[in-house]
Amino acid sequence: MRNKYSVFSLIKNALSHHENWQRAWKDPAPKKEYDAVIVGGGGHGLATAYYLAKKHNMNNIAVVEKGWIGGGNTGRNTTIIRSNYLWDASAGLYDHALKIWEGLSQELNYNVMFSQRGVMNLAHNLQDVRDLKRRTHANRLNGIDAVYLNTEEVKKFCPIINTSPDIRYPVLGGTLQRRAGTARHDAVAWGYARGADAMGVDIIQNCEVKGIKRNGDSVEGIETTKGFIKTKKVGVVAAGHSSVIANMAGIRLPLESKPLQALVSEPVKPIIDTVVMSNAVHAYVSQSDKGELVIGAGTDDYVSYSQKGSHQIVEGTLNAILELYPIFSRMRMLRQWGGIVDICPDASPILSKTSIKGLYFNCGWGTGGFKATPGSGDLFAHTIANDEPHKLNAAFNLNRFVSGDLVDEHGAAAVAH
Amino acid sequence: MFLINCPYCGERDQQEFKAGGEAHIERPKQPTELSDDEWAEYLFMRKNIKGVQFERWNHAHGCRKWFNMVRDTSNDEIKAIYKMGEKPPSQ
Repeated sequence: MRNKYSVFSLIKNALSHHENWQRAWKDPAPKKEYDAVIVGGGGHGLATAYYLAKKHNMNNIAVVEKGWIGGGNTGRNTTIIRSNYLWDASAGLYDHALKIWEGLSQELNYNVMFSQRGVMNLAHNLQDVRDLKRRTHANRLNGIDAVYLNTEEVKKFCPIINTSPDIRYPVLGGTLQRRAGTARHDAVAWGYARGADAMGVDIIQNCEVKGIKRNGDSVEGIETTKGFIKTKKVGVVAAGHSSVIANMAGIRLPLESKPLQALVSEPVKPIIDTVVMSNAVHAYVSQSDKGELVIGAGTDDYVSYSQKGSHQIVEGTLNAILELYPIFSRMRMLRQWGGIVDICPDASPILSKTSIKGLYFNCGWGTGGFKATPGSGDLFAHTIANDEPHKLNAAFNLNRFVSGDLVDEHGAAAVAH
Repeated sequence: MFLINCPYCGERDQQEFKAGGEAHIERPKQPTELSDDEWAEYLFMRKNIKGVQFERWNHAHGCRKWFNMVRDTSNDEIKAIYKMGEKPPSQ
């Protein structure tokens, strides 16, 4: 039985110098067989396991993770959450996630620090203005809150932005989604892990998948560094390494894995109380609760698994940041890192069955998967449990690359690629 | 960031180059006879290898010529560079 976190448990544990907190999740050895195994212990994988146990009564399942949970892209993103995507299918998918975010801390009894501070997307040329107005209209038709702001309104909402008409890429306007915001990335993984573990899910860390065992067109199990695990259902949620797992199973995916960089500054007092993104000059920034500026840079154009990106990508982003926010000119950067993102040709994810029975892929989130974590887990759990997609992820099947029914979200994906 | 030895210009900064994706994907000889599955395979499916991969690169801010590269994508080490039309080196 899992103890409930509350102000009373906090006081009680303070009296014993915080030395008697219960473990948040166990550290089990893998069993010989499970009803389903999730490959990848990031936010999406842990959420999938959580909803499989909670909504589909599949408790004899495991999550295998080659490193530690939340140590991949879950710990490397810029924690932005929004749902202002253009097409109906994407609006349904991302707003489903946003609605779960709104009650997630209560549901998990774990503070994911979801903060609806708003996300503003800037326009710097006339085409940007047209595109963003179109997207605002499309959002509102889909019931997603969105407003278009002119330059003065942008300045009023975020006074530190340089809205001078003299800069190289002047701010001509922007959109605002007030329900959007940020959350604490680690807490999401830990909260789902704790919740899944309490329902009997085995979370097995330091366990790398080495092979997928097939019997003809069905899955029989997985080979791992901790031995063979028998299972009829494998859900792969391996982000940048999805193609590596697909190659083990002998199937091909329309993915390219590329480095995406981000960086944080030294912590300072509150200066920016929202998230501002700009596709055209490629700069986006928010401020963490610790006070660090969190800045997202772009992807490199070559395939790499090295978790290192090129210096000029960071330089280009910081040039844009400095022009838009001259007040940051003397900030010092503390850390810079890269994550490997799996990019689909249409900048939309894949949550799908495959040609192999019992093998499911949740991948292709590219540069913007964090925001979808709860919805992705919920819908992927549905797909695995019923062997059929939910209506919200039906459009995001692997077959769309054959039928041509692509969901082109290059405009709404914040990182150009 | 790494240095790339352009077969026409010599060693230059990676910033001058544009990656062109997986190499040796052959254009269909009979496009009109391709099935939808074969089109998907040709257009979208990629090996996306973690390890030694064959790629096309373009010296976009230099001689603007295309060439091939063998690169280890796990650590970005360049193993070989050869011109278009040449046979890929055996490993």
